[in-house]
Amino acid sequence: MITQALLRALDKKAIWLVAILLALAVAVPAANLLIPAGQPGHVPTYIVTLFGKYLTYAMLALALDLVWGYCGILSLGHGAFFALGGYAMGMYLMRQIGTRGVYAHPTLPDFMVFLNWRELPWYWQGFDQFWFACLMIVLVPGLLAFVFGFFAFRSRVTGVYLSIITQAMTFALLLAFFRNDMGFGGNNGLTDFKDILGQPVQAATTRGALFAASAIALALSVLVCSMIVNSKLGKVMVAVRDAESRTRFLGYRVEYVKLFAFTVSAIMAGIAGALYVPQVGIINPGEFEPANSIEVVIWTAVGGRGTIVGPIIGAVLVNMGKSYFTGALPELWLFALGALFIFVTLFLPKGIVGLLGQWRDMTARREQAPAAPPPPAQAAVAAERGEDPATLGDVQPKPAE
Amino acid sequence: MNKAQDTMLYLDGVSVAFDGFKALNNLSIIVRPAEMLAIIGPNGAGKTTMMDIITGKTRPDAGDVYFDGRTDLTRLDEAAIANLGIGRKFQKPTVFESQTVWDNLEMALKKPRGIFRTLFYSASGEDIARIEDILDTVRLADRRDDLAADLSHGQKQWLEIGMLLAQDPKLLLVDEPVAGMTDAETVETARLLKEIAETRSVVVVEHDMSFVRDLATRVVCLAEGSVLAEGTLDQVSANPIVIERYLGR
Repeated sequence: MITQALLRALDKKAIWLVAILLALAVAVPAANLLIPAGQPGHVPTYIVTLFGKYLTYAMLALALDLVWGYCGILSLGHGAFFALGGYAMGMYLMRQIGTRGVYAHPTLPDFMVFLNWRELPWYWQGFDQFWFACLMIVLVPGLLAFVFGFFAFRSRVTGVYLSIITQAMTFALLLAFFRNDMGFGGNNGLTDFKDILGQPVQAATTRGALFAASAIALALSVLVCSMIVNSKLGKVMVAVRDAESRTRFLGYRVEYVKLFAFTVSAIMAGIAGALYVPQVGIINPGEFEPANSIEVVIWTAVGGRGTIVGPIIGAVLVNMGKSYFTGALPELWLFALGALFIFVTLFLPKGIVGLLGQWRDMTARREQAPAAPPPPAQAAVAAERGEDPATLGDVQPKPAE
Repeated sequence: MNKAQDTMLYLDGVSVAFDGFKALNNLSIIVRPAEMLAIIGPNGAGKTTMMDIITGKTRPDAGDVYFDGRTDLTRLDEAAIANLGIGRKFQKPTVFESQTVWDNLEMALKKPRGIFRTLFYSASGEDIARIEDILDTVRLADRRDDLAADLSHGQKQWLEIGMLLAQDPKLLLVDEPVAGMTDAETVETARLLKEIAETRSVVVVEHDMSFVRDLATRVVCLAEGSVLAEGTLDQVSANPIVIERYLGR
């Protein structure tokens, strides 16, 4: 049963995508470490880290696409799950600093010593263990999504109302994490990391390993998403997106279908956040900014929602644009992002992936066009408008003569 | 409760009001197993509201609704009622347009509806044979891989009837099945529904009198939320009140 589901996940597109990601996971760190600097083919370390960051963004966009593109839930708070996963990883990294902090306290992170805390709060216990941190990276975002989704979907909160409460959720978390007495470093967040699994975070080898881990995690997410959307449950998710109440009358519990998608998606977002933090070296409450979550929606829309590859392309391209713009013309970036969103909404409702599909259809039609007689419908429409079909020759394919 | 015995659907004294407007007013209807009932009546008579109450979309203010002589439908939600064996076809054909005809039927097919059972579902040979069978019945076998959005209006109606069959319900609620169909399709639909009614209970709401005549079954005329007349189509359409309120002189 499960093997069948796995086989179904490996459709042609997913195989290609997974193969490319796995190839990148090997090739990019290898090009960084094995080819000496200055030689052709060398990839500088900052590029490895930059693209490693993009891959975690791509994973976040893919997670959002699972709920938005396939299940019709527009979450404007997915950044919250990403940030929670990031905080869980950040707490592990803080505990790894040990006595190398400014105050050299063996257990307490610097900010706690600074705030005169005497001992580690209960919710920081266990984070010195990597396995425990990994468990929390999955559990905390997953549980939050489960509880939040359970109440929201059971009360049949849908559409724009749901989007608003997801936005409120991430904003509430933003305010909470800003508070110093929450014990998560307040405004400054968690930073100044030293080691991950005994390896220095800044080392080129660690950077390469983190890049590879991000690429592999993204490949696994592609497999999981592909398995879900190709299953019957995936079809039911699309049915929920297109005609929610109809799906109910077929006997499906729509709230549970949504809850499943939302929880899986939150866990994926959490893992992405956990891989993001060691690569950028900081996590602070700014990650909960509602604007961040909205940006994820833009990446997904630009790439093409309702496809597996779309959000990945969108996240990488938009962030490459962002890296360029914020360097070259920082004051213009937000205008460019806004314009991009409007452009995509108006002209590319299916994103870049949809554009490729349209182009393929058009070329296919053009190949058939010379042989085929003009469609009668066109002539009829023209006649209705009181125009002579023959005068439309400029804009429409000419009838075969 | 005893009164509901040996009935497939039992509505007694059902009333519901929306903002003071009585959509149903002390409505009582009985449908027996393997019986077809046609419901006619003017717009706003409460036909669709009645279906909403049976399928759990709307809760009645008063009255009893029992299914299969024992299950109180007023306590259950849409999904639970659908899984009991009540299938509904909507007035406006609602099929899943972005999915293929085959996928529409596969989703409707009577199977466990749990999340993980659905996630790991793969169609057995028996399921495939059943879907192929239904495709033949509703004459969509050659369009199985087309998107439901590309079907004609009549074909969508039939696909929805096919989805009802796939659900294998004990009771079918069919709201205006022949709206937008050609005459030939209408005759064919009447034949199909009569065939279905040999083994299941069917409630048909329809305005098309020639179609109701083709069904040759018991007719109930609703008006202003309660039963106006009941009997064969000839009896009902000869009733002076029905002529006055619905058919017109």
